[in-house]
Amino acid sequence: MKKALGIICIFIAIFLFATIYGENFLSGINLMQLSQRTALYSILALGAALVIVTGGIDLSIGSVVCLAGIMTPWLLVEHEWSPWAVIPTVLALSAVLGLCHGLLVTRLRLQPFLVTLCGLLLYRGIARWMTGDQTQGFMGEYGEVRQIATGRIPVPGLTEYLLPATVIPALALALVIGLFYSRTVWGRWLLATGRNESAARYSGVPTAWLITLSYVGCSLLAGFGGMLFIFDISSAQPSDFGNFYELYAIAAAVLGGCSLRGGEISVTGVVFGAATLQVLRTTIILVGLSSQLEFAVIGAVLLLGVAADELVRRFLASRLERRGAALGGAR
Amino acid sequence: MQAERPVLLRVRGVSRRYSGVTALGGIDADIRGGEVLAIVGENGAGKSTLLKILSGVVRPSAGALQVADRSGRLVDVELDGVRDATRAGIALVHQELNLAENLDVAGSIFLGREPSRFGWLDRRRMRDDARRWLSLVGLDVPPSTPCGSLPIAQRQLVEIAKALSIESRVVILDEPTSSLTARETERLLAIMGELRARGVAVVFVSHHLDEVLKIADRVLVLRDGRLTGELAREELDRATIERLMVGRDIARAERRVTPADARVRLRVDRVVGAHARRRPVSFEVRAGEIVGLAGLVGAGRTEILEAIAGLVDHDGRVQLDGVAVDGGASARVRRGIALVPEDRARNGLFLEDSVAVNMSLAWIDRESRARLVDARAEAGLVSRMIARMQLRPPVPSRRVQALSGGNQQKSVIGRWLAVDPAVLLLDEPTLGVDVGARAEIHAEVRRLAECGSAVVFASSELEEVLMLADRIIVMHEGAVAGELAAHEATEVAIMHLATGGASHDGAAPTAANAATRES
Repeated sequence: MKKALGIICIFIAIFLFATIYGENFLSGINLMQLSQRTALYSILALGAALVIVTGGIDLSIGSVVCLAGIMTPWLLVEHEWSPWAVIPTVLALSAVLGLCHGLLVTRLRLQPFLVTLCGLLLYRGIARWMTGDQTQGFMGEYGEVRQIATGRIPVPGLTEYLLPATVIPALALALVIGLFYSRTVWGRWLLATGRNESAARYSGVPTAWLITLSYVGCSLLAGFGGMLFIFDISSAQPSDFGNFYELYAIAAAVLGGCSLRGGEISVTGVVFGAATLQVLRTTIILVGLSSQLEFAVIGAVLLLGVAADELVRRFLASRLERRGAALGGAR
Repeated sequence: MQAERPVLLRVRGVSRRYSGVTALGGIDADIRGGEVLAIVGENGAGKSTLLKILSGVVRPSAGALQVADRSGRLVDVELDGVRDATRAGIALVHQELNLAENLDVAGSIFLGREPSRFGWLDRRRMRDDARRWLSLVGLDVPPSTPCGSLPIAQRQLVEIAKALSIESRVVILDEPTSSLTARETERLLAIMGELRARGVAVVFVSHHLDEVLKIADRVLVLRDGRLTGELAREELDRATIERLMVGRDIARAERRVTPADARVRLRVDRVVGAHARRRPVSFEVRAGEIVGLAGLVGAGRTEILEAIAGLVDHDGRVQLDGVAVDGGASARVRRGIALVPEDRARNGLFLEDSVAVNMSLAWIDRESRARLVDARAEAGLVSRMIARMQLRPPVPSRRVQALSGGNQQKSVIGRWLAVDPAVLLLDEPTLGVDVGARAEIHAEVRRLAECGSAVVFASSELEEVLMLADRIIVMHEGAVAGELAAHEATEVAIMHLATGGASHDGAAPTAANAATRES
């Protein structure tokens, strides 16, 4: 929780800024869309965090989103599979991709950056080739299944705002992952592995399979997220669907307090990190800035956020030391 | 005599506090040219802090430093950073050498002040100059050798050559011999003697009192951040120094003989570890027995311990209580085989994590229900282990990084004692650990053995082997060279086996003989 404090402050600041300067920022429709997108990106960011905890990185998230997302309507519409076969197949495929990443990293000892960079190129290529680079969509059908992503749940007491259905799996995942790291043996061992892999191995931690498990979790969440994204937007092109999503995911995780050196996670922080990026995107449009500036603004805020976090941490550390020195002197 | 040696650096009432804890309180000392000054004390006594202040890494909270100027007059200086210290003629050779591994020897000697001509590196001059400084420290390697390929002892000499090349008048060495073999240590001590003869002030910290007794002209003893004694050459003696360091006399433990009918817990059968010679090693350890592995550096002790722990693939068989053990380290830990590694910062500790996290890591696996950690039981375990290991300060939330070497080692050992291992393997259990903590660690290891566990430890210090082991296995070039019961073992007998002498040799060689064989 302490680690998430910084990003919560940044979130509140940007939120207030948008409320004051953005037109209709607090409207029900805008807030609904914001929470929908925050939920979707949170799922990807939580996945990215799983891998970052081990000291690794997953650059293939966006391409897994694309492959899983494109495959869903492709199997449903073109191959006429039943939804009950498509969903498990797509999720299993995503998990297998993660398993490959994990095995290549732990058994062949390849660098995570390299392995997942190849994944990034590979999966998008496969998605484009498989579909002949044609736009894939649901053709207005499968409305019931798509309710997982498009559903809106009325909230008692609010008239304008309906809670997007995706918020429920996103929060559930955040809760489960948070408990996993704080309360289970495997979670604690993974944090230790991220801190010092060698020492973890010497302590009897099965580091190789725990790291592999993290990659499986990351790709599984990316695949799940990809499916929700396509359900939400109903059709997409294999050539650009999911582009740069890994960067949003990694940025959210880092803003949320995950150190790229590994060994640290705060699920609250990751969710707020994802939310901050989405509020920022909306704000850019609402205050009338050119949408071409979107990436530049996000880059600047990310940089400022990380730098401010570091400065505050140093300030607190030095104050602690000075206060300690004063106490020591009084003794 | 003393008056002839000029004071180059004067420490006046220097104190340093960290977060309210006094690391160093009111130290006064003179550092003179042409003199070797040793600083000794338990870990946490403030030695490192003092060295950091002398070398500009850390600023004192109170007090001042004075450095002699050209005419020999002492003037106040404020050292803010290593650069200031370098300018004042003070050089620190780190405990952990920080030479850039990808640079060659010449490059690292002149790092940051490379000779140049019209902006281009003057490589020839760099090499020629480097060669001159290297010959001064007796290091005969080409200046183009990459530092990464040199053994630690030679890297250290490169650092000393670097210190000389910037015309340092005060050379500070932080535990320079901690990772050197006996022969390399001899050589380093000789070079320290040469520096002294050239009028340089040599300051060094060491845990090895033998070296201190051999080379130091003066010894400062620190305890709990205060100066408890300053001894001149003629007052030096081991017992006095030890008493000043710990404030009490160190009692030697009685030796025990394990009854021959105790059951065999660990059986190592023709195990071939990662040692280059690939020779099979066999031995047995009975319940309640403490076996010491003695031998020179490179004899294969670490390799055999890591093989037993399952950290490397090996040939041959390991049995625990008559049942074969296989699989990797995590499977063996679950069977109760635990290893305390030699390099604790790298393989033992999670430095940025708390004492609690470090100590409970193995225990949470044993005591979890449905893989969930019981936080309350964990807190109880941690405070019990802190008390049992006599950790100082007894604070579960303290980062391990902030602890002294002895307390760090206690954290690693405590992690295993918490799960009551059937077999405890320790590789250099008290390396870089102070005298007091060492006795406490030995006592805990003995207590574990008394409860029926089998203990195997490797140590390069003969004194420790003789003190702790019930039975001693001496290794030489990857194989067992011989076995000695602790009550009949002597340093000479161990050294004889360790250097390749036959075990049935009737006449034990003299100590001098053993020392020459080592080389």
